[in-house]
Amino acid sequence: MALKSPPFPEKGAEWPADTRADDASSGTGAEGRFTRRFTASDRTTRVVLAALDARLVKLGVDEDDRASAELILAEALNNICEHAYAGKGGPVEMIVDIRRAGLTCLLCDCGQPIPGGAPPGGGLPIIDPPDNVPEGGFGWHIIRCLSTDLRYRRDNGWNRLSFRVIFASFD
Amino acid sequence: MHLTTRRSDAGLVIGVEESRIDAAVAIEFKEAVRRAAAGSDEAVILDLSQVTFLDSSGLGAVVAVMKLLAPQRALELAGLTPSVARVFRLTRMDSVFTIHPRAPVGADPALKATG
Repeated sequence: MALKSPPFPEKGAEWPADTRADDASSGTGAEGRFTRRFTASDRTTRVVLAALDARLVKLGVDEDDRASAELILAEALNNICEHAYAGKGGPVEMIVDIRRAGLTCLLCDCGQPIPGGAPPGGGLPIIDPPDNVPEGGFGWHIIRCLSTDLRYRRDNGWNRLSFRVIFASFD
Repeated sequence: MHLTTRRSDAGLVIGVEESRIDAAVAIEFKEAVRRAAAGSDEAVILDLSQVTFLDSSGLGAVVAVMKLLAPQRALELAGLTPSVARVFRLTRMDSVFTIHPRAPVGADPALKATG
């Protein structure tokens, strides 16, 4: 994993929504880096995903590939909001390296670690209508279906989750 | 949460006039659909043709609406955009719902906006 995170502020520090840490383009027109620091919430997730999507549009990424990226990121950020920070918010750093063949994403937060020290497997919850239709438990399945190289580690009080999204339209 | 409702021969059509059903609006969505469906015993057809993004929270809210209406009233879905259809497919929830390519045309042209 080539991504290196810049130093974080003190644990528990608040970042305003949509703080632009660094956006660099390599100049090729199809590659770039998208970085954001923000305080985890459902609303900031929307703001950050919209900004990333605008960036991917600018880089000419295909609609289906943008939809995949947005969905995985949404699921991963929802997990941080709901589980790592239990709805209370906290700092998140997101670093996305965009290449023609796909993107690599690193998400860091200092919330609760993932139980068991590893992301859950990608199994679906039991679906047995009409009596047993789950309302949740799909997030990691979606992430695992649409990404590769999913890695997680706990590092000095921080969760570091990284994964790749291969662009299907790339040939 | 902007919804429209209209009657059709197949049931009450509730149109979701939002581009996203995600974690930020999942609870609001569930409540708004519940209110829009109240006061009738017809099947509900949820027209999702304007929704371009649905995450697992949004999916959970759709399932919650189905459970609110059951067992007396069915919840069916219509007009799934490609990215929304994919979430249903990936999670196999396309096997739980009856999904129509598009919402039935209304017998009653009077549109009632809610929410």
